[in-house]
Parts: sequence; structure tokens; C-alpha cells
Amino acid sequence: MERIKEITNLMVEPREWTEFGAGDTITVTVKITEGKKERLQSFQGVVLQRRGVGMTETFTIRKMSSGIGVERIIPVNSPHIDSIVVNKRGVVRRARIFYLRELTGKSARIKERRG
Amino acid sequence: MHGLIGKKVGMTSIYGASGKNIPCTVIEVGPCVVTQVRTLEKDGYTAIQLGYGERTEKSTSKAMQGHFKRAGVSPKRNLVEFNDFDSEFQLGDTLKVEDVFNEGEFVSVIGTSKGKGFQGVVKRHGFAGVGQATHGQHNRLRAPGSIGAASFPARVFKGMRMAGQMGNARVTIENLEVLKVLPEEGVLVVKGAIPGHKGATVVIRKPKAQ
Repeated sequence: MERIKEITNLMVEPREWTEFGAGDTITVTVKITEGKKERLQSFQGVVLQRRGVGMTETFTIRKMSSGIGVERIIPVNSPHIDSIVVNKRGVVRRARIFYLRELTGKSARIKERRG
Repeated sequence: MHGLIGKKVGMTSIYGASGKNIPCTVIEVGPCVVTQVRTLEKDGYTAIQLGYGERTEKSTSKAMQGHFKRAGVSPKRNLVEFNDFDSEFQLGDTLKVEDVFNEGEFVSVIGTSKGKGFQGVVKRHGFAGVGQATHGQHNRLRAPGSIGAASFPARVFKGMRMAGQMGNARVTIENLEVLKVLPEEGVLVVKGAIPGHKGATVVIRKPKAQ
């Protein structure tokens, strides 16, 4: 297991982002290639989890889009990511906040971390 | 059909040129040593025998000890013959991953698949089972169904797919793209999956010369 991580680290370039975790609201700007043109698309939502380690680590981000929940799973080291901006730090007690999927409206709010 | 012997390290994923996430397998390849050179005059065909992996002298038979001593190498665990090597080799020559493989070419990987034990037809051959799970049915959910006709031919045809040992067989996966060759690590990275568990010995072969 260690050996495979070592070798993956050699082959994948790590990306540097500001710290973020479950409960934080972030905006991810993703590069999308359509034919020959490349454009940017941003996705703002709450981070549900970060999973995996090293170069294959991913995070799940969820937003409500006109009343429908939309989730994206994005590798942390994906070359398609243009930028990640942390909009809000949330106070949550667990590392994976899947309970958020069942909640809507007022109950789906996450308390903001101050200071 | 030249190639080398190696060990499966495991699977991971890397990003391709267009940023696409590509599943790949990491194989530790070589260094392999030439333990025997087969010649047309002596053996009737040309080939070289390569050895890979160490084994103790104690667990090597006297006959094999002599074989390795003649080549001037320590006892090896795996021996495989390859032909079609372009250049001449001497006994005891060492072959590394970068000597044989280049990035972008296609290779075949031969290994022993993971053993699944004695399996029924549903898992082994993808049969759908017989009938329903409810409405009073029982015993038939994963059954093979009919295996042939009646008084003619009055036998079951050879090769009828039935339950039996699944896996633990020699499997060749052809045309896997070599994504990366890392000489310092002695590692070869191929696109996709290869047979066997982590740590399994595999033979990586180049396709036949056209």
C-alpha cells in the first residue's frame, strides 16, 4: 500500500488549495472543454466529505439547484480545477455530513464558525 | 515476443494529457538476469531464459543450483523463456525495465487470476438462474436449467458450461498501453487492470514483431 502511494505521488502533480473540510461552503471553478473551446463553470455548495488519501483524494460538494439537490465528486488534485474559494466555514461535529441530504429549508443551515 | 518478469504492486489512477483520470496498474518489473541462452545448434530454437526474484540456496534443488551457478547468478524464483530479442545476450546479463519498454507502446500481461473457488453457473458464466424467487418457487433461483435434450443425443455435450473452479487460471490481457516507465523505481505503469492479486508474479510481453 505504501509503495503504490509513493509511485502515485511521483506521477501526479499535487495541487495547493486553502484548507477546507466538511461543512464549509466553497466555490469550485472547473475548466470545461467543449470541442476546442475551454470555459469555466463555478459550482458553489457545501462540502459533505473529503475521502481518500494522497493523490487520489476526492471531495463531495452539494448544492440545491432550483429545489433539486445536486452533488459533484471532484478529485482534489484534478487538473480540471481552476480555483477553490472558501466562502464560509461551518461548524459541524462529524467528518461526513450526509444527514444534510435529508434536510431542507431552515434545518439545512449550518452554523458559521467565527474567528 | 520479448518481455520481462515482474510483480504487481497495485492499482491507482493518474491524469492524462487532457486531464482525464485514467485507471492504471503499477508493476515492478525486473531487473531480470539471463540464466540460459538457447541456440539453434544446441536446442533447435533460439530464446533466452530470464530469472526474476530471489530465493534462498536452501530451498533450491541441487540441479537448479548448478543451473544458476553456470550462469553466475544467485538462485532465482521465477524462470521464463522469451524469444525474438533483437540483440545478443550473454549469461548473467541484467535486463531492466527501461531496456525493454518504452512509453506509449502496447504490451500483453500474463498472470494467474484471483481464485474464486468452486462457483455456480450464475457467478461463473453469468447465467440468470431459473424462474422466480416468489410464488411458491424454491431451490431453483441459481440453478443452471436444462443441460441438454432427451433420448437424442442421450448425452451431455462436451464443453457444456457448468459449475466448477473459477479463477486461479493463467490469463493474458493483451494490448495494454504503457503509460509510464520509471527507471529509478524499476516500475512500469500500464493502463487498465491486470490479472492476479497484489504481489503476484506477472510476465509482461511485447507483441510479436510484424
